[in-house]
Amino acid sequence: MNLIEAKNLIFEYIRRDKDGEVDGVTRAVNNVNISVKQGDFIAVLGHNGSGKSTFAKHINAILHPTEGTVLVDGKDTLDEEYLWDIRQTAGMVFQNPDNQIIGSVVEEDVGFGPENMGVPTKEIWERVYESLNIVGMYEYRKKSPNKLSGGQKQRVSIAGVLAMHPKCIILDEPTAMLDPIGRKEVIRAVRALNEVENITVILITHYMEEAIYADKIYVMDKGSVVLEGEPHEVFEQVEKLEELRLSVPEATKIAHELRGKGVPLPVGIISEEELVETLSKIL
Amino acid sequence: MSLIVNHVNYIYGENTAMEVRALSDVSFQIGDNEFIGVIGHTGCGKSTLMQLLNGILKPTSGEILYNGQDIQDEDFDKKLLRNKVGLVFQYPEHQLFEVDVFTDVCYGPRNMGLEENEIQLRAYDALKAVKLRDECFYVSPFDLSGGEKRRAAIAGVLAMKPEILILDEPTAGLDPKGREEILSLIRSLHDESGISIILVSHSMEDVAEYADRIIVMDKGKLQFDGSPAEVFDNYEALAEMGLSVPASKRVLYTLQQKGVPVKAKAITVHDAVDEIYRVYSGGKV
Repeated sequence: MNLIEAKNLIFEYIRRDKDGEVDGVTRAVNNVNISVKQGDFIAVLGHNGSGKSTFAKHINAILHPTEGTVLVDGKDTLDEEYLWDIRQTAGMVFQNPDNQIIGSVVEEDVGFGPENMGVPTKEIWERVYESLNIVGMYEYRKKSPNKLSGGQKQRVSIAGVLAMHPKCIILDEPTAMLDPIGRKEVIRAVRALNEVENITVILITHYMEEAIYADKIYVMDKGSVVLEGEPHEVFEQVEKLEELRLSVPEATKIAHELRGKGVPLPVGIISEEELVETLSKIL
Repeated sequence: MSLIVNHVNYIYGENTAMEVRALSDVSFQIGDNEFIGVIGHTGCGKSTLMQLLNGILKPTSGEILYNGQDIQDEDFDKKLLRNKVGLVFQYPEHQLFEVDVFTDVCYGPRNMGLEENEIQLRAYDALKAVKLRDECFYVSPFDLSGGEKRRAAIAGVLAMKPEILILDEPTAGLDPKGREEILSLIRSLHDESGISIILVSHSMEDVAEYADRIIVMDKGKLQFDGSPAEVFDNYEALAEMGLSVPASKRVLYTLQQKGVPVKAKAITVHDAVDEIYRVYSGGKV
């Protein structure tokens, strides 16, 4: 069974003019079919306004389908009875680190989720320390969150979700507001929880370099999935991605242009290491 | 026009327990029609520096001279400086507030006390300069897309006709195409209007591609000031500061370390491709 299953998912919202009259209907997600297995690392790419965040918000029942279904661990997100199960199975981390930390001490913030779930106190602390260790923030447990950098705050947010023992974490552009060091820290933490803890990851991003670690990439445009495949398959389509207001990793750009000049490089180079390795053999 | 930063120090909360030295002995000069990229990671002092340049903060010691006059002088017109040195903050669209885009862009020039005609003319020119579609002029700024909102916010600063435009990470949160559009817009403002640009950025690729000069800040000190090619030649020193070089340069550098006879000069994809191709075709190109 797939952990997450979106079938013919459609989401529409009603636009209203300034007097509150109905102005029209916008289809933000259009017939999306995505299935994700336990332990997968999925990246969803798309330009601003492509519908990727709207899609993501369906996975933990913040939004509900207009048509079609979303099943999380077999449970329909439209079924209110399962709302809390679903939110516990699929936790979400948002873009702005300052909007999701509420505790005045790091460890208390991380403990907020399990406490709400009614986890016994002793176990809450076990979960808090375990989660902080996974994201590499254990030594900051007694600090005030407002003394942390953006990347550190995002890792605390991730720990907060982890402490609820989810099967899946959805990260909606978690690095958009961070500097390069913060971005690296967060992506490293995300990869660790996928590879070591076997937690399913759905990463929404428009940094191409972050998507190269995924098992599978979905590219969205105008609410639909327009490209899907393994990273090297998706990033082969340099021109197509540019049409979609996206780009490819720098290494892929170099390889693509060299191939255009007749240098015999294989398609599907996505990392700098691969590029250097391949080039050092033919130069 | 010249703006000179002369041995400037800045300390937050001086003589308190919370004292933090943000800038140490920073000196440089900005002339007409420059395109300067400022890099350095969070906490290096670059935001403090930008706020000193238009007089929002006052140096703890040292001075900043606008056309030869100290901007902290009693008789210096700070209001004029704020018009001449325009600051576009991060996520500037959060500062849009008027009922429609045109009125929002009028806000700056109106505060300068200009004639109504001149205000509207400037707002119109600024909106044209940022290439915002005419249909957007009279809609609520909140109905624009992310990229359009950001253009509208930049127009609001441009309408004050600054001589120096400082942009703090103007591409944050935009998709790749949106990033490219904003950067090309900034380049065309620089090329067409003769304005000087200071672009604060975390993307080495972007500053390598667009800036003519790069200033590197680390721990409150100005570490490098030179052409992109010169600055990015300091591969190890930059790495020690936790900064990287553009990916193209890194690829060439790593190839060189592996004994491939490439020169690791190029800092853009285009130049790196040319260099690799030159070696591939046996140096005949």
